[in-house]
Amino acid sequence: MTLRWMIFAVVAVLMTCAAQAETMRMAVTTSFHNSGLAEVLLPRITQETGIEVQLLVVGTGQALKLGQAGDVDAILVHSKAAEEVFVAKGYGTHRREIMYNDFVLIGPEDDPAGVKDAATVAEALQKIAQTRPAFVSRGDDSGTHRRELALWASAGVDVTDASPDWYRAAGAGMGATLNTAVGMGAYVLSDRATWLKFGNKAGQAILFEGDAALFNQYAYLPVSPQLHAHVAHDSAQRVEEWLTSAAGQTMIGDYQIAGTRLFVPNARARE
Amino acid sequence: MNDLWEGVAAAFWLVVMLDADLMEITARSLQVTLTAVVIAAALGLPMGAWLAINRFRFRRLTIAVLNALMGLPPVVVGLVVYIMLSRSGPLGVLNLLFTPTAMVIAQVIIVTPLIASIAHQALRDLWADYHDLLISLNTTKGQRIRALIWDARRSLLTATLAGFGRAIGEVGAIMIVGGNIDHLTRVLTTAISLETSQGNFALALGLGFVLIGLAIAANLAIHTLSRTERAGRW
Repeated sequence: MTLRWMIFAVVAVLMTCAAQAETMRMAVTTSFHNSGLAEVLLPRITQETGIEVQLLVVGTGQALKLGQAGDVDAILVHSKAAEEVFVAKGYGTHRREIMYNDFVLIGPEDDPAGVKDAATVAEALQKIAQTRPAFVSRGDDSGTHRRELALWASAGVDVTDASPDWYRAAGAGMGATLNTAVGMGAYVLSDRATWLKFGNKAGQAILFEGDAALFNQYAYLPVSPQLHAHVAHDSAQRVEEWLTSAAGQTMIGDYQIAGTRLFVPNARARE
Repeated sequence: MNDLWEGVAAAFWLVVMLDADLMEITARSLQVTLTAVVIAAALGLPMGAWLAINRFRFRRLTIAVLNALMGLPPVVVGLVVYIMLSRSGPLGVLNLLFTPTAMVIAQVIIVTPLIASIAHQALRDLWADYHDLLISLNTTKGQRIRALIWDARRSLLTATLAGFGRAIGEVGAIMIVGGNIDHLTRVLTTAISLETSQGNFALALGLGFVLIGLAIAANLAIHTLSRTERAGRW
Protein backbone atom coordinates (compact mmCIF):
# COMPACT_ATOMS: atom_id res chain seq x y z
CA MET A 1 0.00 0.00 0.00
CA THR A 2 2.72 2.44 1.01
CA LEU A 3 4.74 1.49 -2.05
CA ARG A 4 1.76 2.23 -4.30
CA TRP A 5 1.32 5.56 -2.55
CA MET A 6 4.95 6.43 -3.08
CA ILE A 7 4.80 5.61 -6.78
CA PHE A 8 1.68 7.73 -7.06
CA ALA A 9 3.49 10.62 -5.40
CA VAL A 10 6.43 10.34 -7.80
CA VAL A 11 4.11 10.28 -10.82
CA ALA A 12 2.18 13.26 -9.48
CA VAL A 13 5.39 15.26 -9.10
CA LEU A 14 6.46 14.29 -12.63
CA MET A 15 3.15 15.50 -14.05
CA THR A 16 3.88 19.01 -12.79
CA CYS A 17 6.41 19.46 -15.63
CA ALA A 18 3.77 21.32 -17.60
CA ALA A 19 4.02 22.10 -21.29
CA GLN A 20 5.72 25.42 -21.97
CA ALA A 21 5.28 28.36 -24.32
CA GLU A 22 7.67 29.12 -27.19
CA THR A 23 11.18 28.66 -25.90
CA MET A 24 14.71 29.05 -27.23
CA ARG A 25 18.03 28.06 -25.75
CA MET A 26 20.91 30.49 -25.64
CA ALA A 27 24.40 29.68 -24.44
CA VAL A 28 25.95 32.68 -22.72
CA THR A 29 29.30 33.26 -21.08
CA THR A 30 29.63 33.24 -17.32
CA SER A 31 30.77 36.87 -17.40
CA PHE A 32 27.52 37.96 -19.04
CA HIS A 33 25.38 35.93 -16.68
CA ASN A 34 27.25 37.06 -13.57
CA SER A 35 26.50 40.68 -14.42
CA GLY A 36 22.84 40.05 -13.58
CA LEU A 37 21.76 41.78 -16.82
CA ALA A 38 20.03 38.58 -17.96
CA GLU A 39 17.69 38.72 -14.98
CA VAL A 40 16.25 42.05 -16.14
CA LEU A 41 16.44 41.44 -19.91
CA LEU A 42 14.87 37.97 -20.12
CA PRO A 43 11.53 38.79 -18.45
CA ARG A 44 11.19 41.79 -20.84
CA ILE A 45 11.98 39.60 -23.84
CA THR A 46 9.32 37.10 -22.74
CA GLN A 47 6.85 39.93 -22.19
CA GLU A 48 7.41 41.66 -25.54
CA THR A 49 8.09 38.74 -27.89
CA GLY A 50 6.44 35.84 -26.08
CA ILE A 51 9.69 33.86 -26.24
CA GLU A 52 11.04 32.25 -23.09
CA VAL A 53 14.84 32.28 -23.32
CA GLN A 54 16.55 29.44 -21.45
CA LEU A 55 20.13 30.30 -20.53
CA LEU A 56 23.01 27.85 -20.47
CA VAL A 57 25.82 29.50 -18.59
CA VAL A 58 29.16 28.15 -19.82
CA GLY A 59 32.57 29.36 -20.95
CA THR A 60 32.99 30.77 -24.46
CA GLY A 61 34.73 27.57 -25.62
CA GLN A 62 31.84 25.38 -24.46
CA ALA A 63 29.23 27.82 -25.79
CA LEU A 64 30.77 27.58 -29.27
CA LYS A 65 30.82 23.80 -28.95
CA LEU A 66 27.13 23.68 -27.96
CA GLY A 67 26.28 25.86 -30.97
CA GLN A 68 28.34 23.70 -33.28
CA ALA A 69 26.50 20.56 -32.09
CA GLY A 70 23.11 22.28 -32.51
CA ASP A 71 22.25 21.92 -28.83
CA VAL A 72 21.41 25.63 -28.49
CA ASP A 73 19.64 28.05 -30.83
CA ALA A 74 21.96 31.01 -30.39
CA ILE A 75 25.08 32.02 -28.47
CA LEU A 76 26.15 35.28 -26.85
CA VAL A 77 29.91 35.32 -26.33
CA HIS A 78 32.97 37.57 -26.32
CA SER A 79 35.86 36.22 -28.33
CA LYS A 80 35.89 37.84 -31.76
CA ALA A 81 38.45 35.61 -33.49
CA ALA A 82 36.69 32.40 -32.40
CA GLU A 83 33.30 33.85 -33.37
CA GLU A 84 34.51 34.67 -36.87
CA VAL A 85 35.77 31.10 -37.29
CA PHE A 86 32.37 29.87 -36.05
CA VAL A 87 30.57 31.83 -38.77
CA ALA A 88 33.17 31.01 -41.45
CA LYS A 89 32.70 27.29 -40.83
CA GLY A 90 28.95 27.68 -41.27
CA TYR A 91 27.95 26.82 -37.69
CA GLY A 92 26.34 30.23 -37.26
CA THR A 93 24.43 32.35 -39.75
CA HIS A 94 26.12 35.64 -38.83
CA ARG A 95 27.73 37.60 -36.02
CA ARG A 96 25.96 40.65 -34.60
CA GLU A 97 27.63 42.95 -32.11
CA ILE A 98 25.32 43.83 -29.22
CA MET A 99 27.26 45.68 -26.51
CA TYR A 100 30.59 45.98 -24.78
CA ASN A 101 32.01 46.32 -21.33
CA ASP A 102 35.59 46.10 -20.15
CA PHE A 103 38.11 44.02 -18.27
CA VAL A 104 39.76 45.23 -15.09
CA LEU A 105 42.91 44.21 -13.25
CA ILE A 106 42.12 43.12 -9.69
CA GLY A 107 44.71 42.80 -6.93
CA PRO A 108 45.40 43.20 -3.23
CA GLU A 109 44.55 46.72 -1.99
CA ASP A 110 48.16 47.47 -0.91
CA ASP A 111 49.25 46.79 -4.53
CA PRO A 112 52.76 45.26 -4.07
CA ALA A 113 53.48 45.45 -7.82
CA GLY A 114 52.42 49.09 -8.07
CA VAL A 115 50.14 48.61 -11.09
CA LYS A 116 48.01 51.60 -10.00
CA ASP A 117 50.64 53.98 -11.43
CA ALA A 118 50.92 52.19 -14.77
CA ALA A 119 49.98 54.18 -17.87
CA THR A 120 48.89 51.19 -19.96
CA VAL A 121 47.78 47.65 -19.22
CA ALA A 122 50.98 46.38 -20.88
CA GLU A 123 53.05 48.38 -18.40
CA ALA A 124 50.90 47.09 -15.50
CA LEU A 125 51.52 43.49 -16.55
CA GLN A 126 55.27 44.14 -16.98
CA LYS A 127 55.35 45.45 -13.40
CA ILE A 128 53.70 42.23 -12.21
CA ALA A 129 56.25 40.18 -14.16
CA GLN A 130 59.12 42.13 -12.53
CA THR A 131 57.92 42.10 -8.89
CA ARG A 132 56.54 38.55 -9.20
CA PRO A 133 53.51 38.56 -6.92
CA ALA A 134 51.06 35.69 -7.53
CA PHE A 135 48.85 36.09 -10.62
CA VAL A 136 45.88 33.75 -11.13
CA SER A 137 44.83 32.98 -14.69
CA ARG A 138 41.51 31.47 -15.80
CA GLY A 139 43.44 28.83 -17.73
CA ASP A 140 40.22 27.45 -19.28
CA ASP A 141 40.38 28.71 -22.88
CA SER A 142 37.47 31.07 -22.22
CA GLY A 143 37.06 34.49 -23.84
CA THR A 144 38.59 36.16 -20.79
CA HIS A 145 41.49 33.72 -20.76
CA ARG A 146 42.23 34.29 -24.44
CA ARG A 147 42.19 38.03 -23.88
CA GLU A 148 44.52 37.71 -20.90
CA LEU A 149 47.01 35.71 -22.97
CA ALA A 150 46.84 38.31 -25.74
CA LEU A 151 47.54 41.06 -23.18
CA TRP A 152 50.58 39.18 -21.80
CA ALA A 153 51.85 38.74 -25.35
CA SER A 154 51.43 42.46 -26.06
CA ALA A 155 53.34 43.21 -22.83
CA GLY A 156 56.17 41.01 -24.06
CA VAL A 157 55.92 38.62 -21.11
CA ASP A 158 56.04 34.89 -21.84
CA VAL A 159 53.66 33.11 -19.46
CA THR A 160 52.69 30.09 -21.57
CA ASP A 161 55.99 28.44 -22.47
CA ALA A 162 58.11 29.68 -19.58
CA SER A 163 55.22 29.16 -17.13
CA PRO A 164 56.84 31.14 -14.28
CA ASP A 165 56.08 30.02 -10.71
CA TRP A 166 54.11 33.19 -9.87
CA TYR A 167 51.69 32.53 -12.75
CA ARG A 168 48.98 30.08 -11.68
CA ALA A 169 46.36 28.73 -14.07
CA ALA A 170 43.21 27.85 -12.14
CA GLY A 171 41.41 26.08 -14.99
CA ALA A 172 38.07 27.37 -13.71
CA GLY A 173 35.27 29.84 -14.38
CA MET A 174 35.53 33.54 -13.53
CA GLY A 175 33.89 33.22 -10.12
CA ALA A 176 35.97 30.25 -9.00
CA THR A 177 39.12 32.00 -10.26
CA LEU A 178 38.24 35.14 -8.29
CA ASN A 179 37.72 32.99 -5.18
CA THR A 180 41.19 31.51 -5.75
CA ALA A 181 42.80 34.91 -6.31
CA VAL A 182 41.16 36.38 -3.19
CA GLY A 183 42.32 33.36 -1.19
CA MET A 184 45.93 33.78 -2.36
CA GLY A 185 45.97 37.60 -2.35
CA ALA A 186 46.87 37.41 -6.02
CA TYR A 187 46.40 39.60 -9.08
CA VAL A 188 43.75 38.53 -11.59
CA LEU A 189 42.09 39.81 -14.77
CA SER A 190 38.31 39.88 -14.59
CA ASP A 191 35.44 41.37 -16.53
CA ARG A 192 34.02 44.33 -14.63
CA ALA A 193 30.51 42.91 -14.31
CA THR A 194 31.52 39.72 -12.53
CA TRP A 195 33.75 41.63 -10.13
CA LEU A 196 31.06 44.18 -9.20
CA LYS A 197 28.54 41.45 -8.45
CA PHE A 198 31.10 39.24 -6.70
CA GLY A 199 30.31 38.70 -3.02
CA ASN A 200 33.72 37.66 -1.65
CA LYS A 201 35.98 40.68 -2.29
CA ALA A 202 37.98 40.45 1.00
CA GLY A 203 40.96 42.83 0.68
CA GLN A 204 40.97 42.97 -3.13
CA ALA A 205 40.10 45.92 -5.35
CA ILE A 206 40.22 47.15 -8.95
CA LEU A 207 43.78 48.45 -9.41
CA PHE A 208 43.92 49.14 -13.13
CA GLU A 209 41.19 49.98 -15.62
CA GLY A 210 40.32 52.13 -18.61
CA ASP A 211 42.91 51.10 -21.24
CA ALA A 212 41.39 50.65 -24.70
CA ALA A 213 43.07 47.24 -24.87
CA LEU A 214 40.65 46.09 -22.13
CA PHE A 215 37.58 46.66 -24.30
CA ASN A 216 35.29 43.58 -24.27
CA GLN A 217 32.83 43.18 -27.15
CA TYR A 218 29.85 40.82 -26.86
CA ALA A 219 28.28 39.40 -30.01
CA TYR A 220 25.18 37.36 -30.75
CA LEU A 221 25.39 34.42 -33.16
CA PRO A 222 22.29 32.45 -34.24
CA VAL A 223 23.03 28.78 -34.94
CA SER A 224 22.73 27.83 -38.61
CA PRO A 225 19.35 26.25 -39.50
CA GLN A 226 20.96 24.84 -42.67
CA LEU A 227 23.22 22.68 -40.53
CA HIS A 228 20.67 21.88 -37.81
CA ALA A 229 17.09 21.90 -39.14
CA HIS A 230 15.63 21.63 -35.63
CA VAL A 231 17.00 24.89 -34.20
CA ALA A 232 14.49 27.60 -33.33
CA HIS A 233 15.99 30.01 -35.86
CA ASP A 234 12.88 32.14 -36.07
CA SER A 235 12.89 32.71 -32.29
CA ALA A 236 16.63 33.35 -32.35
CA GLN A 237 16.14 36.07 -34.95
CA ARG A 238 13.28 37.70 -33.08
CA VAL A 239 15.39 37.81 -29.91
CA GLU A 240 18.23 39.35 -31.93
CA GLU A 241 15.83 41.98 -33.29
CA TRP A 242 14.71 42.80 -29.78
CA LEU A 243 18.27 42.98 -28.38
CA THR A 244 19.30 45.36 -31.18
CA SER A 245 16.06 47.40 -31.08
CA ALA A 246 15.94 50.83 -29.46
CA ALA A 247 14.11 49.38 -26.44
CA GLY A 248 16.62 46.57 -25.95
CA GLN A 249 19.67 48.78 -26.43
CA THR A 250 18.32 51.39 -23.99
CA MET A 251 17.69 48.74 -21.38
CA ILE A 252 21.24 47.39 -21.74
CA GLY A 253 22.69 50.91 -21.46
CA ASP A 254 20.63 51.77 -18.39
CA TYR A 255 21.59 48.67 -16.42
CA GLN A 256 23.61 49.53 -13.31
CA ILE A 257 25.21 47.77 -10.37
CA ALA A 258 25.95 49.94 -7.33
CA GLY A 259 25.60 53.10 -9.43
CA THR A 260 28.03 51.90 -12.12
CA ARG A 261 26.83 51.45 -15.68
CA LEU A 262 28.14 48.11 -16.88
CA PHE A 263 27.45 47.79 -20.58
CA VAL A 264 27.59 50.17 -23.51
CA PRO A 265 25.14 49.10 -26.23
CA ASN A 266 26.68 49.34 -29.72
CA ALA A 267 24.48 47.32 -32.09
CA ARG A 268 24.37 48.63 -35.64
CA ALA A 269 21.65 48.21 -38.23
CA ARG A 270 22.26 45.14 -40.40
CA GLU A 271 23.77 45.76 -43.77
CA MET B 1 33.76 30.88 10.54
CA ASN B 2 31.68 33.99 10.02
CA ASP B 3 30.48 32.65 6.67
CA LEU B 4 29.36 29.48 8.40
CA TRP B 5 27.05 31.33 10.79
CA GLU B 6 25.75 33.50 7.98
CA GLY B 7 25.05 30.25 6.11
CA VAL B 8 23.03 28.90 9.02
CA ALA B 9 21.11 32.18 9.20
CA ALA B 10 20.55 32.18 5.42
CA ALA B 11 19.22 28.62 5.55
CA PHE B 12 16.93 29.54 8.44
CA TRP B 13 15.42 32.53 6.64
CA LEU B 14 15.09 30.72 3.31
CA VAL B 15 13.08 27.98 5.00
CA VAL B 16 11.05 30.23 7.29
CA MET B 17 10.06 32.63 4.50
CA LEU B 18 9.19 29.69 2.20
CA ASP B 19 11.30 31.35 -0.51
CA ALA B 20 9.59 30.60 -3.85
CA ASP B 21 12.80 29.87 -5.77
CA LEU B 22 14.01 27.59 -2.98
CA MET B 23 10.73 25.66 -2.99
CA GLU B 24 10.98 25.26 -6.75
CA ILE B 25 14.56 23.96 -6.87
CA THR B 26 13.98 21.76 -3.81
CA ALA B 27 10.93 20.19 -5.44
CA ARG B 28 12.95 19.63 -8.62
CA SER B 29 15.83 18.07 -6.68
CA LEU B 30 13.38 15.65 -5.08
CA GLN B 31 11.55 14.97 -8.34
CA VAL B 32 14.74 14.13 -10.27
CA THR B 33 16.37 12.12 -7.50
CA LEU B 34 13.28 10.15 -6.43
CA THR B 35 12.45 9.26 -10.03
CA ALA B 36 16.04 8.18 -10.65
CA VAL B 37 16.19 6.14 -7.43
CA VAL B 38 12.85 4.39 -8.10
CA ILE B 39 14.03 3.41 -11.60
CA ALA B 40 17.50 2.44 -10.35
CA ALA B 41 15.99 0.30 -7.58
CA ALA B 42 13.64 -1.39 -10.06
CA LEU B 43 16.70 -2.29 -12.15
CA GLY B 44 19.35 -2.75 -9.46
CA LEU B 45 17.53 -4.89 -6.88
CA PRO B 46 16.53 -7.71 -9.28
CA MET B 47 20.00 -7.48 -10.84
CA GLY B 48 21.60 -7.98 -7.42
CA ALA B 49 19.27 -10.89 -6.65
CA TRP B 50 19.89 -12.50 -10.04
CA LEU B 51 23.64 -12.30 -9.46
CA ALA B 52 23.23 -13.83 -6.00
CA ILE B 53 21.37 -16.97 -7.12
CA ASN B 54 22.98 -17.65 -10.49
CA ARG B 55 26.32 -19.29 -11.13
CA PHE B 56 27.85 -18.60 -14.51
CA ARG B 57 31.23 -18.35 -16.14
CA PHE B 58 32.05 -14.67 -15.75
CA ARG B 59 30.25 -14.20 -12.43
CA ARG B 60 33.32 -13.09 -10.52
CA LEU B 61 34.32 -10.67 -13.25
CA THR B 62 30.75 -9.30 -13.48
CA ILE B 63 30.62 -8.69 -9.72
CA ALA B 64 34.06 -7.07 -9.71
CA VAL B 65 33.00 -4.74 -12.54
CA LEU B 66 29.73 -3.94 -10.76
CA ASN B 67 31.58 -3.10 -7.55
CA ALA B 68 34.02 -0.91 -9.46
CA LEU B 69 31.12 0.90 -11.16
CA MET B 70 29.98 2.06 -7.71
CA GLY B 71 32.76 4.59 -8.02
CA LEU B 72 31.80 5.87 -11.49
CA PRO B 73 32.97 9.48 -11.81
CA PRO B 74 29.76 11.53 -12.27
CA VAL B 75 31.46 13.99 -14.62
CA VAL B 76 32.34 11.17 -17.01
CA VAL B 77 28.77 9.80 -16.84
CA GLY B 78 27.48 13.30 -17.52
CA LEU B 79 29.78 13.74 -20.49
CA VAL B 80 28.83 10.38 -22.02
CA VAL B 81 25.10 11.06 -21.55
CA TYR B 82 25.63 14.54 -23.00
CA ILE B 83 27.34 13.13 -26.10
CA MET B 84 24.59 10.54 -26.56
CA LEU B 85 21.74 13.05 -26.16
CA SER B 86 23.39 15.93 -28.03
CA ARG B 87 21.67 16.96 -31.24
CA SER B 88 24.76 15.71 -33.03
CA GLY B 89 24.75 12.45 -31.05
CA PRO B 90 22.97 9.14 -31.74
CA LEU B 91 19.92 9.94 -29.56
CA GLY B 92 19.73 13.62 -30.52
CA VAL B 93 16.31 13.26 -32.19
CA LEU B 94 14.72 12.60 -28.79
CA ASN B 95 15.48 16.22 -27.87
CA LEU B 96 16.13 15.31 -24.25
CA LEU B 97 19.31 17.29 -23.58
CA PHE B 98 18.97 20.00 -20.92
CA THR B 99 15.73 18.55 -19.53
CA PRO B 100 14.99 16.94 -16.15
CA THR B 101 14.64 13.61 -18.03
CA ALA B 102 18.30 13.81 -19.08
CA MET B 103 19.25 14.40 -15.44
CA VAL B 104 17.23 11.33 -14.40
CA ILE B 105 19.00 9.22 -17.05
CA ALA B 106 22.44 10.29 -15.79
CA GLN B 107 21.51 9.62 -12.17
CA VAL B 108 20.06 6.19 -12.99
CA ILE B 109 23.41 5.26 -14.56
CA ILE B 110 25.30 6.49 -11.50
CA VAL B 111 23.01 4.93 -8.89
CA THR B 112 22.04 1.55 -10.39
CA PRO B 113 25.46 -0.13 -9.92
CA LEU B 114 25.55 1.12 -6.33
CA ILE B 115 22.12 -0.31 -5.49
CA ALA B 116 22.78 -3.57 -7.38
CA SER B 117 26.13 -4.05 -5.69
CA ILE B 118 24.90 -3.46 -2.13
CA ALA B 119 21.79 -5.57 -2.85
CA HIS B 120 24.00 -8.39 -4.11
CA GLN B 121 26.12 -8.35 -0.94
CA ALA B 122 23.01 -8.56 1.24
CA LEU B 123 21.23 -11.21 -0.83
CA ARG B 124 24.28 -13.44 -1.19
CA ASP B 125 24.29 -14.14 2.55
CA LEU B 126 20.55 -14.71 2.64
CA TRP B 127 20.78 -17.04 -0.36
CA ALA B 128 23.27 -19.19 1.53
CA ASP B 129 20.58 -19.72 4.18
CA TYR B 130 17.68 -20.20 1.76
CA HIS B 131 19.46 -22.22 -0.90
CA ASP B 132 18.51 -25.76 0.20
CA LEU B 133 14.94 -24.86 1.14
CA LEU B 134 14.10 -23.02 -2.09
CA ILE B 135 15.78 -25.67 -4.26
CA SER B 136 13.92 -28.53 -2.49
CA LEU B 137 10.60 -26.70 -2.95
CA ASN B 138 11.28 -26.79 -6.69
CA THR B 139 10.80 -23.01 -7.06
CA THR B 140 11.40 -21.17 -10.30
CA LYS B 141 14.16 -18.57 -10.54
CA GLY B 142 11.58 -15.80 -10.57
CA GLN B 143 10.05 -17.10 -7.33
CA ARG B 144 13.48 -17.33 -5.71
CA ILE B 145 14.34 -13.76 -6.65
CA ARG B 146 11.00 -12.52 -5.30
CA ALA B 147 11.37 -14.48 -2.03
CA LEU B 148 14.91 -13.15 -1.50
CA ILE B 149 13.97 -9.55 -2.26
CA TRP B 150 10.95 -9.67 0.06
CA ASP B 151 12.76 -11.28 2.98
CA ALA B 152 15.77 -8.97 2.64
CA ARG B 153 13.65 -5.86 2.22
CA ARG B 154 15.27 -4.10 5.18
CA SER B 155 18.80 -4.45 3.79
CA LEU B 156 17.52 -3.53 0.35
CA LEU B 157 15.98 -0.38 1.78
CA THR B 158 19.47 0.51 3.01
CA ALA B 159 20.83 -0.11 -0.48
CA THR B 160 18.16 2.14 -1.96
CA LEU B 161 18.79 4.87 0.61
CA ALA B 162 22.51 4.73 -0.21
CA GLY B 163 21.51 5.31 -3.83
CA PHE B 164 19.30 8.23 -2.79
CA GLY B 165 22.19 9.69 -0.82
CA ARG B 166 24.53 9.53 -3.77
CA ALA B 167 21.97 10.98 -6.19
CA ILE B 168 20.65 13.90 -4.10
CA GLY B 169 24.14 15.30 -3.49
CA GLU B 170 25.41 14.77 -7.03
CA VAL B 171 26.39 17.79 -9.10
CA GLY B 172 28.95 16.88 -11.79
CA ALA B 173 26.70 14.88 -14.12
CA ILE B 174 23.49 16.87 -13.80
CA MET B 175 25.37 20.12 -14.35
CA ILE B 176 26.52 18.86 -17.76
CA VAL B 177 23.31 17.18 -18.97
CA GLY B 178 20.87 19.56 -17.27
CA GLY B 179 22.74 22.77 -17.92
CA ASN B 180 21.57 24.42 -14.66
CA ILE B 181 18.84 26.36 -16.53
CA ASP B 182 16.82 28.60 -14.23
CA HIS B 183 13.21 27.36 -13.77
CA LEU B 184 13.90 24.26 -15.85
CA THR B 185 16.87 22.18 -14.68
CA ARG B 186 18.27 24.07 -11.70
CA VAL B 187 18.41 21.90 -8.58
CA LEU B 188 19.88 22.41 -5.11
CA THR B 189 23.37 21.14 -5.91
CA THR B 190 23.79 23.12 -9.14
CA ALA B 191 22.42 26.24 -7.41
CA ILE B 192 25.02 25.78 -4.65
CA SER B 193 27.72 25.51 -7.29
CA LEU B 194 26.45 28.68 -9.01
CA GLU B 195 26.28 30.73 -5.80
CA THR B 196 29.78 29.60 -4.80
CA SER B 197 31.11 30.74 -8.18
CA GLN B 198 29.56 34.16 -7.54
CA GLY B 199 31.23 34.40 -4.14
CA ASN B 200 27.89 34.29 -2.29
CA PHE B 201 29.16 31.82 0.29
CA ALA B 202 26.41 32.44 2.85
CA LEU B 203 23.61 31.72 0.39
CA ALA B 204 25.49 28.70 -1.01
CA LEU B 205 25.93 27.31 2.49
CA GLY B 206 22.31 28.06 3.30
CA LEU B 207 21.24 25.98 0.31
CA GLY B 208 23.70 23.30 1.45
CA PHE B 209 22.04 23.10 4.87
CA VAL B 210 18.64 22.88 3.19
CA LEU B 211 19.99 19.99 1.10
CA ILE B 212 21.24 18.16 4.19
CA GLY B 213 17.92 18.77 5.93
CA LEU B 214 16.09 17.44 2.90
CA ALA B 215 18.16 14.24 2.87
CA ILE B 216 17.44 13.67 6.57
CA ALA B 217 13.73 14.36 6.07
CA ALA B 218 13.53 11.97 3.12
CA ASN B 219 15.24 9.19 5.09
CA LEU B 220 12.96 9.73 8.08
CA ALA B 221 9.90 9.70 5.84
CA ILE B 222 10.93 6.41 4.28
CA HIS B 223 11.56 4.84 7.68
CA THR B 224 8.18 6.04 8.89
CA LEU B 225 6.35 4.79 5.81
CA SER B 226 8.07 1.41 5.91
CA ARG B 227 7.80 1.20 9.72
CA THR B 228 11.47 0.36 10.21
CA GLU B 229 13.77 1.47 13.03
CA ARG B 230 11.01 1.19 15.62
CA ALA B 231 11.03 -0.45 19.00
CA GLY B 232 10.36 -4.17 18.76
CA ARG B 233 11.06 -4.25 15.04
CA TRP B 234 14.73 -3.56 14.80
